[in-house]
Amino acid sequence: MPSPTVIRTSRGVKTAAPSSFAFSQADVRRASQVLKEPNELAARRLRSWEAFQAGAMPTVKEEAWRRTDIRGLPADQMRLSPCDDLPLDPELRQPLAGGENAGLLVLRPGRETFSELDPRLRDLGVVFTDLATAVAQHTDILEAHLGRIVSDAEGWFAALAGSLAGDGVLVYVPDGTKLELPLHSILWSPGSSRGTFSRVLVIVGREASLTYVHEMASPTEAEGQALHAGIVEISVGDGGRLTFVELQNWGEHVWNFTHERAQVGRDGNLDWIFGAVGSHLTKNFSELDLIGEGSSGRMSGFYIAGGTQHFDHDTQQNHRAPNTTSDLLFKGALTERSRSVWQGMIYVAPGAQKTDGYQANRNLILSRQARADSIPGLEILADDVRCTHGATVGQLEEEPIFYLMSRGLPRLEAERLVVDGFFAPIMQRIPFEGVRERFARMIDGKLGR
Amino acid sequence: MALALEIRGLHASVEGKEILKGVDLTVKTGEIHALMGPNGTGKSTLANVLMGHPSYQVSAGEILFKGKNLVELAPDERSRLGLFMAFQYPVSISGLSVANFLRTAINSRRKAADPEDKGIGVPEFRRVLKEKMDMLKMPHEFAGRYLNEGFSGGEKKRAEILQLATLEPEIAILDETDSGLDIDALRVVSEGVNALAGPKLGILIITHYQRILNYIKPHFVHVMLDGRIVESGGPDLAEHLEERGYGWVREMQEEKAAEVL
Repeated sequence: MPSPTVIRTSRGVKTAAPSSFAFSQADVRRASQVLKEPNELAARRLRSWEAFQAGAMPTVKEEAWRRTDIRGLPADQMRLSPCDDLPLDPELRQPLAGGENAGLLVLRPGRETFSELDPRLRDLGVVFTDLATAVAQHTDILEAHLGRIVSDAEGWFAALAGSLAGDGVLVYVPDGTKLELPLHSILWSPGSSRGTFSRVLVIVGREASLTYVHEMASPTEAEGQALHAGIVEISVGDGGRLTFVELQNWGEHVWNFTHERAQVGRDGNLDWIFGAVGSHLTKNFSELDLIGEGSSGRMSGFYIAGGTQHFDHDTQQNHRAPNTTSDLLFKGALTERSRSVWQGMIYVAPGAQKTDGYQANRNLILSRQARADSIPGLEILADDVRCTHGATVGQLEEEPIFYLMSRGLPRLEAERLVVDGFFAPIMQRIPFEGVRERFARMIDGKLGR
Repeated sequence: MALALEIRGLHASVEGKEILKGVDLTVKTGEIHALMGPNGTGKSTLANVLMGHPSYQVSAGEILFKGKNLVELAPDERSRLGLFMAFQYPVSISGLSVANFLRTAINSRRKAADPEDKGIGVPEFRRVLKEKMDMLKMPHEFAGRYLNEGFSGGEKKRAEILQLATLEPEIAILDETDSGLDIDALRVVSEGVNALAGPKLGILIITHYQRILNYIKPHFVHVMLDGRIVESGGPDLAEHLEERGYGWVREMQEEKAAEVL
C-alpha cells in the first residue's frame, strides 16, 4: 500500500488514501461456524461477503455520503477480537419502560450472553434470544426473514455486517400475542481496534403488540478507535403494534454505521424512537416502509453531539399503500465542534392516495464551531396526498437566558431549561418515564451538567 | 427597618449610544414609586440596567442594595438578592411549564442560600402556587402551560405578577406592565400588585400613561426626560401630567435652564 499523502483542508489534516479492512472470507466462514449455521444461512453470509468485496468504501462523491467523510476511518486496525471484559454499566441494566421488563438480553461480543425471558411468554411462543440461540432453535424464522427487509447488498456496511455479524437479537411475537411489559436488549461492546457487527430482527405478528428497547453502548476509550456496523430489520404484521426505542450510546471512539428498515402491514402501527448521544461518527439509514393500507408510523429522534462528533441520520418515509400516515420529528443539539446531518425523504408511491406524510428536523446550535445541515425532501407520485416538511437550525438566544436569569436561575441552569424545553416535544413522544429519564441524563452528561 | 435600592449617578449606554445620563433615585420597601415619561427617554433602559441586561453597559454610577453594588452582579445574583423586574415583553420558553419554571426558580434561591437544600416539597409548592394563582384569578391549568407561549397580552402580564408573587422580592420594577392590557386585565393585574404591596415590598412602576395609577396609587411620582429624572413629586404630579402632557415638563426644564444662564 502506498504511504498516504497528507492534504490540508479547511477542516484539518486528512489522509488522502483510506485504509482497507483486513477481513477475509475465512473470517466470514468462521463467523458462520461459531454460530453453527446451517448451509442456507452460511451461504447467505458468503453472498454478503461477495457484495462487500464487489463494493468500495463510500466516498463524498455519493449523494448519501456527501456530507459525511469517512476517509479517516482506520479500517486496517479493526480486529474481530472479543470485547473487553468490562462489567456492564449498571445504569444500562435498569428497566427503561414500565418499571420492569418481560425480558432482558445483554450481548457482549465474543463473550457470554445474559438472557432472561418471562417463561409465560416463552410458553406463548414469544422468542427473544441472541443470534446463536436463534440459529440453533429458530432457523426457520431466520431463513424466512433475515436479509429480506434490509438486503445485504444495500450498502457497503450492510454487506459487511451481513457477512460478519456474530451478535444479534431475534424478537418474534406470534400473531395475536400482546406483550404488556417491554423487552430490553443491550449490545455492550467495550474496547478499541475492534469491529462489532450486529443484526437485529424483530417480527411482530398480525394483531400482536410489543414494546422493545435496544441499546448499543460502550465506554469511551482514551486511545484507539473501533467500528460498529449493524443491520436492523423490523416487520409489523397486519394490525400489529410496535414501539421500538433505540439508544445509540457508543463510546466516542466508535465509527458507527447502521442500515435499518421497518415494514408495516395493513392497519399496523410503528412508534419508532431514536436517541443518539454516542460514537465518533454515525451514519444511519432508517427507513419506514408503510406497505399495508391504513398503516402508520411515527419516527421521533433526538441527538446531542459534542466534541468533534459527527452524526448523519438519513431517514426515509415510504408510503407504498393508500391511507398511510407517517410523522417524523428529529431534534438535535450541537455543542463544541460537533456536526450533524439530517437528510429526510418522504416518498409516496403511485396509487398511494390519501396519504399523510410529515417530517421536521430542528437543530439547536450551542457553539460557534458546531454545524447542522438539514435537508428535507419529498418525492410524490400520487396526486391525492398531504405532505409537509420543515427544517430549522437555530442558536441559543440571549433573551430567554436573561429572562430566566432575572428570576434567579444561574446561567447554566437557565441554558439547561431552554435546551430541555427544546427537547420537550420529543420527550412527550416517549411513553416511558424510564426512557425519558435516561434521555435526560444523556443530555445532562453531554452538556457537562 | 426599610431596605433601600439606591441609584446614584447612573450612566448607561446601548451599542455605544448613551441612554441614561445620570439617574438618581431611591426606592425603599413599603414605597410605591411611579416613573413616567415620554417614549424613548430611557425608562425601560433603566429597568433593564437595574436587572442587568447584557446589552446595556453601565459607564458610571452605582446601584446600591443591601450593601452591594448591583452593577457588579449577574442578573441571577440580583434576583436572588431580592430584586425583580416584570418584563414589558415577557419571553416565551417552549417546553418549559409555568410550574416547572417557578419551582426551579424557587429552588435556585433556596440552593443559593443553603447548598444543602433539597428544594421545595411538591405539596408545599402546589399549595403556594394555587394560592397565588387564585389571588390573580388564574385558572389552575395555567401552571401546566408553556411559559408565555401562546399567552394573550393579559395572560403574559398576569404571569409576570404571578412570578412576582411567588418569588417574593423586596424591590419590584414593573416595566410598562399596563401596556397592551384592556381595562379588565389592567384591573386584575393592578389588584394583584395592590395585594402584594406592603411594608416588605418596594415598587417602581414604569409607565407612559397615567392610567395604571388610577388603580395603583403611588407615593412618589418621577418624570424622566432624556435619560435623567427631571421632576419628582407626590401623586398630584401624575395628575398634572395627565392634564398638561409631557410638553409641560419640557417647558419647565427649558425655563429652569434659562434661569441658570
